[in-house]
Amino acid sequence: MLSKSQARLFFVVGTIFFSGVFLWLTVDTLNKMPAQTNAQNISPEVNRGKVIWEDNNCMGCHTLFGEGAYYAPELTKAYERRGEAYIRALLMSPTPWSPQGRKMVAYAMTEQEANDVIAFIKWAGEVDLNGFPAEPTLKQTN
Amino acid sequence: MKFKSQKLAYYFFSTCMLLLCLQITYGFIMGFAHMGYDNLHDYIPFNTARAVHTNLLVVWLLTGFMGAAYFIIPDETQRELYSTKLGFIQLISLVVVGVVAVIGFHFNWWEGRKFLEIPRPLDFLVVINVLTFLFNIGITLFRAERSSTTSIVLYTGLVAAALLYLPGMIYFENQSVDSYFRWWVVHLWVEGVWELIMGGILAYLLIKLTGVDREVIEKWLYVIVGLTFLSGILGTGHHYYYIGAPKYWLMVGGIFSALEPLAFLGMALFAVVMYRRSGREHPNKIALLWTIGCAIMSFVGAGFLGFAHTLPSVNLYTHGTLVTAMHGHLAFWGAYAMIVLAIISYAMPMITGRKNYNSMYGMLAFWICNIGMLGMTGAFAVAGVAQVYLERKTGMDFTLVQQEIEPHFLGLVLAATLFTTGVLLYIYDFYKYGRPNDEALVALTDNG
Ligand code: HEM
Ligand code: HEM
Ligand SMILES: [Fe+2]
Repeated sequence: MLSKSQARLFFVVGTIFFSGVFLWLTVDTLNKMPAQTNAQNISPEVNRGKVIWEDNNCMGCHTLFGEGAYYAPELTKAYERRGEAYIRALLMSPTPWSPQGRKMVAYAMTEQEANDVIAFIKWAGEVDLNGFPAEPTLKQTN
Repeated sequence: MKFKSQKLAYYFFSTCMLLLCLQITYGFIMGFAHMGYDNLHDYIPFNTARAVHTNLLVVWLLTGFMGAAYFIIPDETQRELYSTKLGFIQLISLVVVGVVAVIGFHFNWWEGRKFLEIPRPLDFLVVINVLTFLFNIGITLFRAERSSTTSIVLYTGLVAAALLYLPGMIYFENQSVDSYFRWWVVHLWVEGVWELIMGGILAYLLIKLTGVDREVIEKWLYVIVGLTFLSGILGTGHHYYYIGAPKYWLMVGGIFSALEPLAFLGMALFAVVMYRRSGREHPNKIALLWTIGCAIMSFVGAGFLGFAHTLPSVNLYTHGTLVTAMHGHLAFWGAYAMIVLAIISYAMPMITGRKNYNSMYGMLAFWICNIGMLGMTGAFAVAGVAQVYLERKTGMDFTLVQQEIEPHFLGLVLAATLFTTGVLLYIYDFYKYGRPNDEALVALTDNG
């Protein structure tokens, strides 16, 4: 039967080995991510947009890349879905945006801020996400 | 209880009870908001409620782990803690940081990164706090003549958890890279090093409660935490499928995360087998219930429900839906909330010297909490599956889908009410034990 020292060896060797593989894959991933995410398009606007995104904890209601909260819509493809004018209007709205019941915080952003956020969301929409979000396969076309 | 300094744990545990109540309150706010009654929106918008809910969860669990360590380490090393005073300072400063963070969340002061919302300046205070804790326990361990596997596994888990907090504090311009390292904290905590902490506490409880030979229990502890890292490290890949990372993560993450339930299955079998081998009847039946219950529920919540959405082909549709929330609740509850409640149930009679072992309230608390939480999981599951089908499969608009599934949130709130009743009974029982008491010294050393 397995002895305690063998069990410890299994733990130590396994952990070191898989941590090593993980670090190696991380290096490879970091090398490949700039191309996959179009890092060259991360302009100062995109970056300011990201800061606004974080300062207001947008992820506390929405998801982006499928990460965040489940209270408000997925935003990865929001730029494509809604277009600039719509998004700018809701970001600049002085009263809570509430098209179908759910209320959004009224940020009353300046036009500049709204444009920055839009640039960030537009950039996010162009990242290659390995097929996410999937095409709705049962969509009725009529 | 043999050592005076073990009383320190009591103050950590009562903090846990308080924070748990607050966490639940904010859970209700979100439950009602999902039901269509977002009436507090102007004062507590959803993102505030959510940040408070999840951060308080993490803080009370960490507080519980610290309390557990302050209780277990003296017993395992057979000596007093290095400094009780440092322990108190550390608890108070932790609470202060927590309170400031929670208040800040109400005034838009945060860092909107899921689970890591605590603003950066406070992050540094958290780090200092945790280092103080690790120092206190570390010196105690270092000066001890004997060191047990259980205490080493527990301490390794705590140290690694502190180290893994750091990658979450770096700023990245690229959202995808940001996300990549955010998972080093979130995933490698709950599906990595926290499992060491859980395994360590579980092993301690099993040694004490079943009387099975320490060598046997500790051997299997190594096997289980070995399985955890074997699967869990590369299993991080299940969060890298769809965030802009290379495609090979679908394969790597898929295979290794599919193996992760083995570690939780290991915990469940470990607990049940040791219980059946048990050579003696420990009088503290409630602690035993929480201990075995934790091992089983962690398998259901983390192992089984985790597996349910971890394969890339499934996750493509369920990613970022209420299906995730379903799993998140039962996994956190079964694995980490229950292990903290188990060690509290075990420690309280010793700390206070009251043999209030089989109180009816304590028993009821266990069953009502668990039935309530299973009900909540069911409500999230039904809402989640409906959401995936309608939104992701048929392409229906997000908000319209949410209106369709509102009734399931009534189910959630009802189940949550049951759950809360259980929690209140637990707290009532906790309260009835009274305060720590020096007369409990030795008088009630357990027979293990
Ligand atoms: C006690 C252990 C665990 C806890 C506390 C836990 C908790 C969570 C939480 C809170 C999330 C949401 C994270 C976020 O979106 O930010 C999550 C996501 C996830 N978990 Fe776990 N989990 C555990 C174990 C597992 C295991 C063992 C598996 C796999 C077998 C698993 C599979 C997943 C997957 C695939 C996701 C991503 C869901 C998505 O794409 O939205 N989890 N988990
Ligand atoms: C009265 C009880 C509770 C209620 C009504 C409740 C409700 C909720 C709701 C509505 C959400 C937000 C989902 C969203 O983003 O839309 C949430 C998130 C969460 N809650 Fe609770 N909760 C309760 C108790 C708990 C407990 C006891 C735990 C842990 C043991 C817990 C852990 C979590 C976690 C980890 C998340 C984040 C999930 C994710 O992002 O996938 N909750 N809760
Ligand atoms: Fe994970």
